[in-house]
Amino acid sequence: MTLPDLGRALDGLGARARAEGLVDIAIAHHDAPDGRLLLAATDLGLLRLTLPPEDDDDVLARLAGAVSPRILRSPHPVLEDARRELDAYFEGTLRTFTVALDRRLSRGFRLAVLMATSAIPHGTTASYSDVAAAAGNPRAMRAAGTALATNPLPIIVPCHRVLRADGAVGSYLGGTSMKERLLALERARP
Amino acid sequence: MSPPSPAHALAFESAVRAHGAGLLAFCASRVGPDEAEDCFQSAMLAALRAWGTLRDPEAVRGWLFSIAARTAIDHHRARARRPAPVDDIAALAGAADDPDPADPSLWRRVEALAPARRRALVLRFVDDLSHAQVGAALGTSEAAARRAVHDALAVLRSELT
Repeated sequence: MTLPDLGRALDGLGARARAEGLVDIAIAHHDAPDGRLLLAATDLGLLRLTLPPEDDDDVLARLAGAVSPRILRSPHPVLEDARRELDAYFEGTLRTFTVALDRRLSRGFRLAVLMATSAIPHGTTASYSDVAAAAGNPRAMRAAGTALATNPLPIIVPCHRVLRADGAVGSYLGGTSMKERLLALERARP
Repeated sequence: MSPPSPAHALAFESAVRAHGAGLLAFCASRVGPDEAEDCFQSAMLAALRAWGTLRDPEAVRGWLFSIAARTAIDHHRARARRPAPVDDIAALAGAADDPDPADPSLWRRVEALAPARRRALVLRFVDDLSHAQVGAALGTSEAAARRAVHDALAVLRSELT
């Protein structure tokens, strides 16, 4: 006789649900130096990455409303890719993420700002007006700031590389100290 | 400036996290420890397939337990065909003036009940939900759930005496 185990039962549930094609958004947690990240993936790519201060249930409720409520912790190749690359990034051995991204949570000017942000190379920084200009509207600095503050894929879409024009680090969803730590990590590597 | 607030919905994962431990324990109490995880997984897969039909997120606990109760009964039926004793008959029989606990006609009589009465009866005595929880699971009032259970028992008593 084996005693029921919730962790094992949930692992099996995730695998069975995925095999039956019942999962629209697969999620996983990933331990990073700054705390536990929540990763969410569709078959198109990584949809969402949340930093420690964000509440899991709140994030999942928004994803359920915006994309699909069929969300479950389950295995997914995109999640495996993302976890491997995040580990390598925090170890300093990966400079450019190649994991597939599902950018459907961003639209219009915000999407353009985030695409411009993805083009900022590892180890360098840009200003809010730089990314606003690259997105097609150099005067829309406030809108650019909003796009970066609501970045669905922080770290991988490197909004931490965007600084204020006076050189100050500026705010960050994961906290200013995390932003400074990420920038220091990227400067430390040749 | 705040971003436009997208619609919120209940993620299946959040419901599983909130109620998974209780549902697994419930399955263990119904089908035994060896089959509990399989019963739990089958029930949750059924819930995930039907997730779009859940109208009231407030009623999700009763809804999940009612699915787990049906799944546990299916496990019992599969075992009964093998065959093996069916524990739930004893529980139901106690509620119906103690007929022969192994009387297979009891389940046939339960199945012949009007659907609303049958569901209420199963939730109350197989699932051990309160009348208020039965009402929440069925989308009716506590009083209506109590009446449905009472009526179901009255039918069974009249047929078994």
